[in-house]
Amino acid sequence: MSMLEVKSVTQKFGSLVAVNNVSMAVEKGELRALIGPNGAGKTTFFNLISGFFRPTAGHILLEGKDITLTKPHERVAMGMARTFQVTEIFPELTVRQNLRTPVELAMGWRLRPWVSSADDARARARVQELLELGGLAANADRLTGELSHGDQRATEIMMALALQPRLLLLDEPTAGMGSRETYSTAMLIRRLHREQELTIVLVEHDMRVIFNLADRITVLAEGQVLDEGTPDDIAASEPVQMAYLGKAA
Amino acid sequence: MSERNSKLVWNVILWIVLLTMPYWMNAVGGYTGLATRVLVLGLAAMSVNFLLGFTGVLSFGHAAYFGLGAYGVGMILKYIAPSTPLGILVGVLVGTLGAAVVGALIVKLRGIYFAMVTIAFGQMFYFIAFRWNTVTGGDDGLNGWRRMPIDLGLGKLDIASSGQIYYYMVLALFAVSVGIMALILRSPFGRTLLAIRENERRARFLGIPVERHIWIAFIISAAFASLAGVLYALLNNFVDPRSLHWTLSGNFVIMAVVGGMRSFWGPLIGAAIFVVLQDYVSSYTQNWMFFIGIFFVLIVLFFPRGVLGIIRRRQS
Repeated sequence: MSMLEVKSVTQKFGSLVAVNNVSMAVEKGELRALIGPNGAGKTTFFNLISGFFRPTAGHILLEGKDITLTKPHERVAMGMARTFQVTEIFPELTVRQNLRTPVELAMGWRLRPWVSSADDARARARVQELLELGGLAANADRLTGELSHGDQRATEIMMALALQPRLLLLDEPTAGMGSRETYSTAMLIRRLHREQELTIVLVEHDMRVIFNLADRITVLAEGQVLDEGTPDDIAASEPVQMAYLGKAA
Repeated sequence: MSERNSKLVWNVILWIVLLTMPYWMNAVGGYTGLATRVLVLGLAAMSVNFLLGFTGVLSFGHAAYFGLGAYGVGMILKYIAPSTPLGILVGVLVGTLGAAVVGALIVKLRGIYFAMVTIAFGQMFYFIAFRWNTVTGGDDGLNGWRRMPIDLGLGKLDIASSGQIYYYMVLALFAVSVGIMALILRSPFGRTLLAIRENERRARFLGIPVERHIWIAFIISAAFASLAGVLYALLNNFVDPRSLHWTLSGNFVIMAVVGGMRSFWGPLIGAAIFVVLQDYVSSYTQNWMFFIGIFFVLIVLFFPRGVLGIIRRRQS
């Protein structure tokens, strides 16, 4: 059974067909990159998977269960977490507080009106673990809105990770980063993928990141799947070069 | 002094001030009833701020629940039974239930739309109280009842004849209420509310059912607003439709903003400033609202974090 299966999904906005009959299957433990020129429908496709929109047609399955009509917060409970292209964090809270909420949500304490000191210690320890994993420990008690762009992105990734997802969706994790930040983010993603046995789907523009990280690549263009395969396949694919890499070079 | 210590010191000072207020109120030109009003309106403003400052939702209609509580207790004492505890209980229940129904209808709205609809529902209750003369006393208000002594078994709590004893009863209920609010805000549930305030989209995609949590916060907030309304009616031995009017809702918001809506105690400070200014200035001029207005504008323009925000900035 695939981790994520998208079956002939279509999304229309009025007369615009943003995603046109796209199918994709991502296996457990895979790191899949989603690429394509601007306006190819990547973000829309991502929003369909995470439940931001309901597709006009088609089905989406998470570990075999149909989640096409499932609400975003319920998809989280089923093991899916995502980050956004434009960083979505809690800017006026500290990094520690940013991580505390998803840690508690993962523990199923959504409506709890209090925590015992043992539970509190457990949550603190988990937050600390995430801070260190994300390289954020030094800034733990600063307001997240004051951090560098790269650290804010890292905070958002760690927030998603705090939910203990089985499927992690990353929407352009290195967007707006300099080359050093891009490198450390790519390393972080690789580490997460290997150490946490996470299935990851990411949208990305930076080709070096993609070809370094991805197990497989799906190329979208004009709302449709242009090609799919290993990085080597994609690098050699003629239609992809025509539509995308060719233009970039 | 560490932040934690200074917080503790301020808390101790605050509670000493509240505990001794009836003893020095007269010396500074006030009276016990004024002190009680500060507490009661402070509780209402803090309940509004539970939503505004800690959930990020602006209710402009909290007078509705304040007023429902007030009419609830008044009607119980007037028509049903001369029992203050029963009146308090029913008043709070009525206000809370009202909020549960209204809240369920409006939790999908955001920002200005949410605020407008809370006003509209508030005004609906106002007009019912205003028009339904035979039951509510209409524009003249509901009178001909008064708060009754509470029999505690061991002895009587004579809140009826002593304003001071009533003050301490209000203070006890106030303490329990703010204690519950503080506990909730420090809990996992409270942190989901902060998450919603900070970034609703992020909160939703962390797995928080945002509408349900706003609904629950709305109900909790309205429960304390109803309690404030109950205590206000008992203070005055009287209720009139103005306790349901949207201008009162607006006053609660002003108190919260003036005091500092990101701080827990800010709205109480705001309420104290509001009540004292109102009492003091209105003895010179009918246009006291003008001066409150100026004060409000100055605070919003120059100190958007409110009076407590100024003090905090000084410290750091």
